Amino acid sequence: MNLVRNHILISIDSSTIMAGARAVERAFVDELLNRGLQDEVSVLETGSLGLINRGVVLVVYPEGVIYADVTTKDVPEIVEEHILKGRFVERLVVKEMPKQHVIKREKTGLLKEQPRIVLRNSGIINPESIDEYIATGGYEAASKIINEMKPEEVIEEVKRSGLTGRGGAAFSTGMKWDFARRAKGDVKYIICNADEGEPGTFKDRLILEGDPHKLLEGMLIAGYAVGAQYGYIYIRGEYVLSIERLEKAIKDAEALGLLGENIFGSGFSYHVSIKKGAGAYVCGEETALIESLEGKRGHPRSKPPYPVTEGLWGKPTVINNVETLANIPEIMRNGASWFRGYGTEKCPGTKVYTIIGHVATPGLIEAEMGTTLRDIIFEYGGGIKNGKKFKCALVGGAAGAFLGPDMLDVNMDFVSLREYSAVLGSGAILVMDEDTNIVEMLKNVLHFFRHESCGHCVPCRLGTAQLVKIIDRVADSKGKREDIDKLLRISEVMRDTSFCPLGQSLYLPISSTLKYFRDEMLSMI
Amino acid sequence: MERDEIIKKFSPSLDNILFILHALQDNNPQNYLSKDDIRVCAEYLNVPYSYVHSVASFYTMFSLKPRGRNIIRLCDSPPCHLMGSGSLLEYLKESLNINVGETTEDGFFTLELTSCLGVCGVAPAMMINDEMFGNLTPEKVNAILDMRRKS
Amino acid sequence: MNLEELKKIREKAQRDLQLRQKQARIRIVVGMGTSGIAAGAREVLKTFLEEIGRRGLTDVVVTQTGEKGLASREPIVEVYEENKPVIIYGNINSEKAKRIVVEHVVNGNPVTEFAIEAI
Repeated sequence: MNLVRNHILISIDSSTIMAGARAVERAFVDELLNRGLQDEVSVLETGSLGLINRGVVLVVYPEGVIYADVTTKDVPEIVEEHILKGRFVERLVVKEMPKQHVIKREKTGLLKEQPRIVLRNSGIINPESIDEYIATGGYEAASKIINEMKPEEVIEEVKRSGLTGRGGAAFSTGMKWDFARRAKGDVKYIICNADEGEPGTFKDRLILEGDPHKLLEGMLIAGYAVGAQYGYIYIRGEYVLSIERLEKAIKDAEALGLLGENIFGSGFSYHVSIKKGAGAYVCGEETALIESLEGKRGHPRSKPPYPVTEGLWGKPTVINNVETLANIPEIMRNGASWFRGYGTEKCPGTKVYTIIGHVATPGLIEAEMGTTLRDIIFEYGGGIKNGKKFKCALVGGAAGAFLGPDMLDVNMDFVSLREYSAVLGSGAILVMDEDTNIVEMLKNVLHFFRHESCGHCVPCRLGTAQLVKIIDRVADSKGKREDIDKLLRISEVMRDTSFCPLGQSLYLPISSTLKYFRDEMLSMI
Repeated sequence: MERDEIIKKFSPSLDNILFILHALQDNNPQNYLSKDDIRVCAEYLNVPYSYVHSVASFYTMFSLKPRGRNIIRLCDSPPCHLMGSGSLLEYLKESLNINVGETTEDGFFTLELTSCLGVCGVAPAMMINDEMFGNLTPEKVNAILDMRRKS
Repeated sequence: MNLEELKKIREKAQRDLQLRQKQARIRIVVGMGTSGIAAGAREVLKTFLEEIGRRGLTDVVVTQTGEKGLASREPIVEVYEENKPVIIYGNINSEKAKRIVVEHVVNGNPVTEFAIEAI
């Protein structure tokens, strides 16, 4: 095999093309072919080299010599002299180069410094290497805890940190653990809810795929604190890569004795396994998830009893979201007061937000709790795409609320948003520009809920069907004035009478749409 | 592979039912759960046929009727909708000459819609079998379908 | 496994990583999360491996990582070199990967037009 020894890079931009860069490129290819050098010397196109009005510009490597004003007639000479004999064609060489290698800084703020706690390793370490996780100090917190701390002390520390559930319900994680620890029973379970299905949310996937051991360490600590013997990770079936990487992570951790029998010689045994979902949004609801995990249809259970006393197979069970559990190793390593240094008094820590839709640079950030919607959209998301105006954002997923421009300066955390009858939910922020048809968006949301309603309770099963009928009518310009209020009335009944949050939460997108866009909806009548 | 060989990889415990159904469906050349698949699963787990059928029909990733070799699942959630999945759906229907839920005559493609796939940063997106594709345009969809036809 | 043993594993892992970084003049890291893969990262990773192999570059290592959150810039490629800023490239495809190999990896000039950040 011949190894390439020279590269000829021809600058292709509007001015060099005008000067005949393509013809020069072809001439080089032909010349090299004629001399049988095509395997040793490769000809490639490159961008502007920063020289203006210097005709065809090219650079020959490995020497990095830049030639300007090159014509097809010069090509044989460059090949003969430079490539074959190693002598530069001095009359064409550019000696004074403009400043090079100045990297245009990304305009977006996605690369802005972020306090990364749960995403500390995602996108940095190799997720398939347990060594790399351990090299960053991984499993250190777990080993210290299991060797040196009592379970009650761990729970106290988590309580002190003020960590609340990051799946959307925002219940105190330490309290939940405490309830399950105190619940009667020899067998207890930890379940990680990785059934991430809230539209617009992919924060958990970044942890599952990018740093699976952090989740396992969080589950290990939870298991020790609660006194559980088994942990289950319920992952949605669509997350193929997450399942692959976690399976490997569990195997690697077991091989090192970080999971399994008698961990760290402490007598504590804990086994973690994966359960794969099969496509049902309602299974994100914790009791429906338990049913599904037991091998049934994913219908929600009535509460109480709560899972902390009667969960999986009737045993005390803690169900935590992926992001919640990924906070645990960092909290235990650095302490509760360190964690409280981030975020607000009532909502300490960070939150992972997904910024998507009509923003310049869709993506994901981890920011302190309480960051404003304006900062998230304009600082991190790069503002509205194509210089358009902000219309609204659907915050918290499909079960969230549409927030208009008057909400841009509200702090994004669980407590502040509740004051405005909105929710942070999963942290999904779907941004819409001024040209967005709000009726079409609401129609899409309502169709989603009709499809995902599990059919268990009447208000949700029939309500979602009626809502879809009405919104389809309105979107088709066949609606009546009273249809608008009918949407609201039905969703109110569903909020008050549905069995689980799926049916209850539809009131939010509907009422917020009407709050901001009643006139736009009426204009469709 | 024989059905018996596949299910033996899992212990006969009811909480493995979704794993077993996934495995049986993946093994079925027509990408669905046939009556035989359901019966084998029911016998293995020692539950009635009707029970397995009721579970299989609850979850959208399982199909009880035959499907094509490639299952196209176009994301239809609000983020992808906002970024133009609607026109992609029209394009797919037209170029495959089928509706949602149908299979092409040559048995190559089945077109389905799916809830959020969790790749909203590269919306609009779709999955074909286990593979994810993002930043879709009609041209890109065309190229992907062509590649699938050849492979 | 006890605390001492974990410490030993950590120290060994850190040493191995350092050693690998010293042996490798350049480390190319491709973002292989689902967003990256959906945007074509597998093809990019393959191209890097092929181009590096074709040139017999034994001092270059190609590895993978998860997703950073820069979905709209996927596929993302980072190039690490000792004593030089890390260059983050965005929206890379096969063709662009070939140029990164030629210009940056072989000849030491970052391809500024594909770079979104230097850290």
